[in-house]
This record gives sequence, C-alpha cells and structure tokens, in this order.
Amino acid sequence: MELMKLTAVETGKKIKAGEISVEDAVNAAFEQIETVEKDVNAYVTVLEKACVLEKAKEIQKKIDSGELTGPLAGVPVAIKDNMCTEGILTTCSSKILSNFKPAYTSEAVLNLEKAGAVIIGKTNMDEFAMGSTTETSAYGATKNPWNFEHVPGGSSGGSCAAVAAEECSCALGSDTGGSIRQPSSFCGVTGLKPTYGTVSRYGLIAYGSSLDQIGPVAKDVTDCAVILETIASYDQKDSTSVKREEYDFTSALKEDVKGLKIGIPKGYFGDGLDEDVRKAVLEAAKVLEKKGAVLEEFDLGLVDYAIPAYYVIASAEASSNLARFDGVKYGFRTEEFRGLHNMYKKTRSEGFGAEVKRRIMLGSFVLSSGYFDAYYLKALRTKALIKKEFDRAFETYDLILGPAAPTTAPKLGESLSDPIKMYLGDIYTISVNLAGLPGISIPCGTDKKGLPIGLQLIGNCFEEKTMIQAAYTFEQSRSYEGPKMVQR
Amino acid sequence: MAKQYETVIGLEVHVELATKTKIFCGCSTAFGGEPNTHTCPVCTGMPGSLPVLNKQVVEYAVAVGLATNCKITQYCKFDRKNYFYPDNPQNYQISQLYLPICRDGGVEIELENGEKKTIGIHEIHMEEDAGKLIHDEWGENSLVDFNRSGVPLIEIVSEPDMRSAEEVIAYLDKLRIIIQYLGASDCKLQEGSMRADVNLSVREAGASEFGTRTEMKNLNSFKAIARAIEAEKNRQIDLIESGEAVIQETRRWDDNKEYSYAMRSKEDAQDYRYFPEPDLVPVEISDQWLEEIRAKQPEFRTQKLERYEREYHIPEYDAKIITESKKMADLFEETVAICSNPKKVSNWLMVETMRLLKEHDMEPEEIRFTPDNLAKLINLVDGGTINSSVAKQVFEQMFEYNTDPEAYVEEKGLKMDSDEDGLKKIVEEVIASNPQSVEDYRSGKEKAIGFLVGQTMKATKGKANPGMINKLLKELL
Repeated sequence: MELMKLTAVETGKKIKAGEISVEDAVNAAFEQIETVEKDVNAYVTVLEKACVLEKAKEIQKKIDSGELTGPLAGVPVAIKDNMCTEGILTTCSSKILSNFKPAYTSEAVLNLEKAGAVIIGKTNMDEFAMGSTTETSAYGATKNPWNFEHVPGGSSGGSCAAVAAEECSCALGSDTGGSIRQPSSFCGVTGLKPTYGTVSRYGLIAYGSSLDQIGPVAKDVTDCAVILETIASYDQKDSTSVKREEYDFTSALKEDVKGLKIGIPKGYFGDGLDEDVRKAVLEAAKVLEKKGAVLEEFDLGLVDYAIPAYYVIASAEASSNLARFDGVKYGFRTEEFRGLHNMYKKTRSEGFGAEVKRRIMLGSFVLSSGYFDAYYLKALRTKALIKKEFDRAFETYDLILGPAAPTTAPKLGESLSDPIKMYLGDIYTISVNLAGLPGISIPCGTDKKGLPIGLQLIGNCFEEKTMIQAAYTFEQSRSYEGPKMVQR
Repeated sequence: MAKQYETVIGLEVHVELATKTKIFCGCSTAFGGEPNTHTCPVCTGMPGSLPVLNKQVVEYAVAVGLATNCKITQYCKFDRKNYFYPDNPQNYQISQLYLPICRDGGVEIELENGEKKTIGIHEIHMEEDAGKLIHDEWGENSLVDFNRSGVPLIEIVSEPDMRSAEEVIAYLDKLRIIIQYLGASDCKLQEGSMRADVNLSVREAGASEFGTRTEMKNLNSFKAIARAIEAEKNRQIDLIESGEAVIQETRRWDDNKEYSYAMRSKEDAQDYRYFPEPDLVPVEISDQWLEEIRAKQPEFRTQKLERYEREYHIPEYDAKIITESKKMADLFEETVAICSNPKKVSNWLMVETMRLLKEHDMEPEEIRFTPDNLAKLINLVDGGTINSSVAKQVFEQMFEYNTDPEAYVEEKGLKMDSDEDGLKKIVEEVIASNPQSVEDYRSGKEKAIGFLVGQTMKATKGKANPGMINKLLKELL
C-alpha cells in the first residue's frame, strides 16, 4: 500500500524502470480500496479485479515491448461516473441510469487509455453533477477522507476523495461551476479545470453544455499537467472543441514566478469568507510574492452576479440535456404505468433526485415563453459582461489569485436543506466557467479543525501554462500531506 | 345576397435534403435498411453524444435560399426545440428559430390564365428529422426506428400570400422544380421527401384583418392538398355563417374520408422553450463561400424557357414540358448539341420518351439512355438508314438498355430496304395475293392502299422504305 502514496507520475516512473509491475500498482489500489472504501464510498463502480489485472498484463506487455512509453502507462486511474465507458456502468450517480452501460467510450477516457492508464473504477458524484457535496448521489454520500463526518465537496467529490484516500493514483473529474476545484480544495488534492474547448466533451454526459469541462484531479501539479497533456485534444466530434496551437503543458513545470503579475480581487475576500481560509490563501499569496511575483489587489466587477447567471444558464441547459432520460431507450423505466405520458412522468419522478428535479424545473421555467428574455437572455448578457471583466483584468495581470471556496468542507447533512447557501459556496469558482477560463485549486493549508484549504489560481483563456508554472512554484514551498484518518 | 369570402393560405414546406449522410452525424440517409441500422450514438440520443453539422446541408439550404431570392444569414445559429415524443431521441429537435439561414425571399408563380404573382418566403431554416414509430396493432407496444432520425430537412415558411388551391399548387410546383434543379432533394410528396402543412383562414372579401387560421397536416399529394383546401375553406365559412368561431388548431387530413379532424388546439399548444443550441457553434458563411455556392447555381427553368424559344425555336408548350425536370432539359440540350435538330429531339422526348416513362411508371430522373445514343438514332432516321417504324422499335430497345442504335441496327439487319427491283417483286406478290383490296382500291376506296402497304411492310419485316412502297403500289395498280 506504500505504493499508493506515490503520485501518478512517480508510479509511472517506477513501472517504466521495472521496479514494480503494472499488476503491483493495480493490486495496491485494490488493496487500498478494500481497506478504506467502506468508510469513504468514493466509487459507484469498482471494476472486477480479475478483469483489471488482465488489462494490467496487456499494458505491461506493451510497456515491455516499448509500445507504451508515456508517463501514465500502467497507472491506476479512476473516472467520474458521468464519462461514458464502453460496457462499464455509467450512472451519473442517478437512479435513472442505474443500469446504463454505454456503447462507446468518451474521448477523454480514450486518450487516457491510449496512454496506457488502467481504469479501476467509476467515481461517485452529485447526481448529474448537480450539487456541491456529493450528497445528492443516488448511491450514498462520499465521505471526506480527512474527516468522515464531513463532505468531500462536489460534484467530483468521488474523484477527489478517491485521490485523497489513495484509492487510485489520479482521477478525472468534470467542472461546470467549480466541480473539480471545490472538492479538490475540500479534500486537499490538486484539481485543474482547463479552458473551455481544451478537452473533448464527447462522451461526457452533459449537465450545462456551454460550461462543462473535463479535467484532472491528482496529488500534485505535475500529475495534473501530465494528465491534462494526455487528455487534451482537438476532437472533430465535439463542435465546441478548440484546435489549440500547442498541447504541451508539462514544459511549464518550472519554479519561476519572477515578475509574474498576480491580481487579487478584493471582492473575493469580503463577507462570508472563513477567517482560516482567508489567512491561508493570503499566506500562499505571500509565498509567491517572496518568490518574485508582483501582487496587487484590484476590483473585479460583477462578482455578485455570477451565481444567479450561472444557475439560470446551467439549469436551462440541464432541463433540455436531461430530457432524453425518459425510460424509452435506456436506463430506468418505472414498473407500472398507463400510457406514454404516465410512463414519462413516473419514470422521471422516480428516477431523478430532488436537486436534479429542482434544476430541471428552474431551467424549464427560465426558458418558458414570457420569461425567456427576463431570465435566460439576461443571464447570457451577464455572462458576456463577466467575460469582459476578466478580459479587462487580464490586460493587467497574468493570473488571478483567490480562494477555491469560502469555507472548508461542511459536515454531512448541513448543506442540502438550504440550497441557496450551498449555491453561494460556488462564488469563487463559477465565474471562471462563465468566462471559459482555466483554473486550478492547490492545497495551501488546513483550518483549525484540520480540514484542507485550497488556493485557486485563474489564468487567461489558453494560458494554462502560466497557471501551472505559478502553481508548481507555490507547491515547492510545501510537501504533500494526505489525510490522517486513512493513513496507516 | 350571400357574403363573399376570401381564402388566405400560407405554407410550411419541409424538404428532405439529398445528402449522403445525416445532418449531425455520419450515418447514411439511404431509404430502407433494417430498423435502427443507420444509427449511431448521436442520432439515437445516447448520453454524452454531440452533434457535428454536415456542411452540405448548409450549402443546399443556401442554394435554395439564393434560388428563391432570400437574404442569406451569414452568421446563423441553431436552437433547440424542446418537446417530449418517443420518435425524437433527445426529446428536443435541433432547429433554427432566432437566426434562420435564409429570410425575406419569394418566388413568382404563373397561373392557368397566364397571370403572374409573387409568393413571399418568410424564412428557410435547417433542422433534423425525427425517427419513426411503429405501433403494434394487437399488442400494447410501440417500437421506434431511428433510421430517419437526423435526416436533414429545410423548412420553407411562406408568407400568407396564396388565395386558392391553384396558387398553392403552382407555388409548390415552383419550389419542387427549383429544388430538383439544384439536386437538393427529389421532392416527392408521396414518399414524404417534400411535405406541406397548409395554414388557412377565411375572411370577408375586402376585410383587412386576417381570420383565425388552422394548420392542416398529412397532405401527401397535390390532389389531397386541393381537396383539403376546399374542405377546410368550406368548413370555416360554415362555422362563420352559423355564428360560430373558428378555433386556432392543428388538424389532420384524412384523404380517404375527405375530412379533417382536430389534433390539438392552441390552448394545449406546447411551449417549446427554444434556446440556442450550446453543442454547436454558430455557422459563419463567408462571402467567399457564398460566392462559391452562387457560382454553382444551375440555369433554372425560367431562364431555360426563354433561351429555348430564342435559341432552339421549339414551341413554348414543348419547352415547358421538357424543362419540368432538369434531367429532361439536360438530355435535350446535350442531344441537340450533337445532332443540331432541336425539333426532332423535342419530339422524341415529348412523345416516345413520355409514353414509355408513363408505361414504366418512371420519373425522368430514371432515364437510362444517353444523349449520344438519342442523337445517333435521329441521324439514322434523317439519313434514311432506317424508317420511322423501325426507329420506334430501336428506341424502345434503347430506352430499356441504353443500346447503341447503330450497332443494334447493324446487328439485327434493320436497315431500310430501298432496292427498287427487289421491292417491286414483293409488291407484285402482295398485289397478286390480295385481289379483294386491289379491287377495292380500283373501285375508288383510296384507303385500301394502306392495307397493301402494311402487307408489303410485313413481308419485308418492316424494313422497306415506305415512300418507295407507296410509289410502286400506285404505279402497279
């Protein structure tokens, strides 16, 4: 199990050097799953061990023959359960997809597989990625490995908890309004949301199509850069995929922030920000300053408008995206019904959870005739204005720095009763999705209760490298610390 | 005195485009095929699948827009139309509402009395077709076939400019010919590759406000459209005359019963919750692309009609029939280019070709013979190599198998027999063995000679030079 303490890149190196086999790595992951999964519940599906070991052997052969040479060859990975995997249950943590086995694999996962990564399971999430705690899953909440009484954050809570609890070497998550960065912050791991269009969405079961983006969750910045380099691609099957000039992210893994201009939005440090979080984030900023970055506070406009705009746009898209789950073609269908409309109603009433229903209703409302202009169009205009605010900021700054979330992980059961409060927890992450920007969350300390705090760096569109370099530089000032509770 | 009413009609015409693949995926659009075999994750609405626009659809839509004098929206977008129905796998249809690809056009129609009128086109938009539901008549199940799901359509929405079934049919025919000329669709109403929904209202003659309209669906032929318009006009007038209100609703026409019934009224009209399709990027049609499409536009029927009269001097009636289909017009022009005899080419197309098409229940597009062979046949007749009755026989062969007429005439020995001495002997034999006809002719029954010509032809297996036979018979009698 010592093996699982390694990062994905370290594991890959040991395999390549012949110090360990792919099977050793896979066995180590399964051993850890057997030990801690009952407490963490990070997975919806753990694959059959025998099948995974079979796959491990195949990959070992390809490594030995020199066919696979990449840094992730043989590394055990976990995939958020909203990415299609051929023949493997893909539920979005919803009852409505409880029996759904896709006929194809999503592009991002294919890219990982081509690089020789070994999939060991599908991770838990908020149902259809709607939620900030992983408590809306139909398959039970995931627990924060740092303290089982706390949530791991969400919606990629399963992926982040699995990495923190060392039940995989690294994972893929998806981020629509902070769903990679916020749980990464809560679980003390590193999570990166790329510029919209960088990673293909083909095979990612859509929540808010114009905001969704797949990204890596790992122990450190190096792993994130390597995974991003592996999964990012121009994909003709995704019309919103962008042909980037380069797909090199790892060359940014350098310790150097001299002269880098970092803007700190004053509005990110106002009311509602936990004191411990504020302190840790500002200390992290000082570390970067000491290493040569130039820090400056500034006013980022429209911060308060991001949340309402986001919930209108994302819910509107979701109400349409989730219409296909109707019991006709795949997934759950209610047992007894009279006629087509009754079947639709019962299937969807029984198949979707409360939060999903809330957003479908909200989304249907804002798109209704008579309300479309007042809500949906206004939200789109707000989105465009927020993008302009960021454009303006990036004329002056190379990066924007702030917290990933206003608090550390709340206790289980505290959030769902007050959805508005839960939505407000997305304040620092959401505008990044609205503007299509890249963002990263890196651990920068713990609060009084010993729960992790995340530092968020936001880059300009297509400037992941600047962000990665600063994150890497900051990371050099501290060593990775896993959660105590699951450490042997 | 009874009140006079005016009928106001607007059409929504759906046209299935002739692309090889579907609008948002690479699946085949071919007809037939076992259910759900021309499908993939995209056109069956599998979770996580994404649409990718087929460029050919845009080109066809722009081409139709240009041909119908529309303004092309060079920055256009797709929107989602949300509604639940099992033939629609995502439960939304990707269509265009806010920025359709073409707007503000119109076409000129010509009525029987020669009057011309312009019918406005409000917009043309691109969208995807739905799958097909198959209802099990005895069991409780319905099945769905997604082979047609994602087949590209354009919807051509007219202004309410038509006032009679005649105008509607003239407009549809105009659209059909334009679109067939472009090769953008085969536009067959019976097969559903062209579908027309009729929006109709009536008002007192001279009124400035429109009456309440209904929308009629399920019209599968021009005849059905004419009957449905007549019936709906009368139904609405009856309602008004009896003091009842016309209800805005969608009605379904049953052409067997010649009756329509209400499908849904405005009260339960759905809110489609249209919004911009986030999975597709806006379509930008550059000036250059637009020019490329414009440059590829064919010569349309109206221009051809003018040119045929000017260049070929064939009757307007012939020109109209020949230009009904682009295939026929092309065949005509190409044949004339080889044999320089427009009138003869026109005759072959107007008479024998039309007859055989009808006999074989074929469309002009299915014609197999080449202009080259038709020209050869005409030259064989002109040059006196074969007579006209042999020519018809050769033409039938050519129509069926695109046979080379020269080779066929040679092979079958069908050349016209103009050997006077040889023919004289045969004519003498015919006279000898048909005394009754000879008698009839001599006693003044001129027609009897026809029988004798026929007998001579029969004796020569139809190859004899008919002029020579006539001459010989008259001499010998």
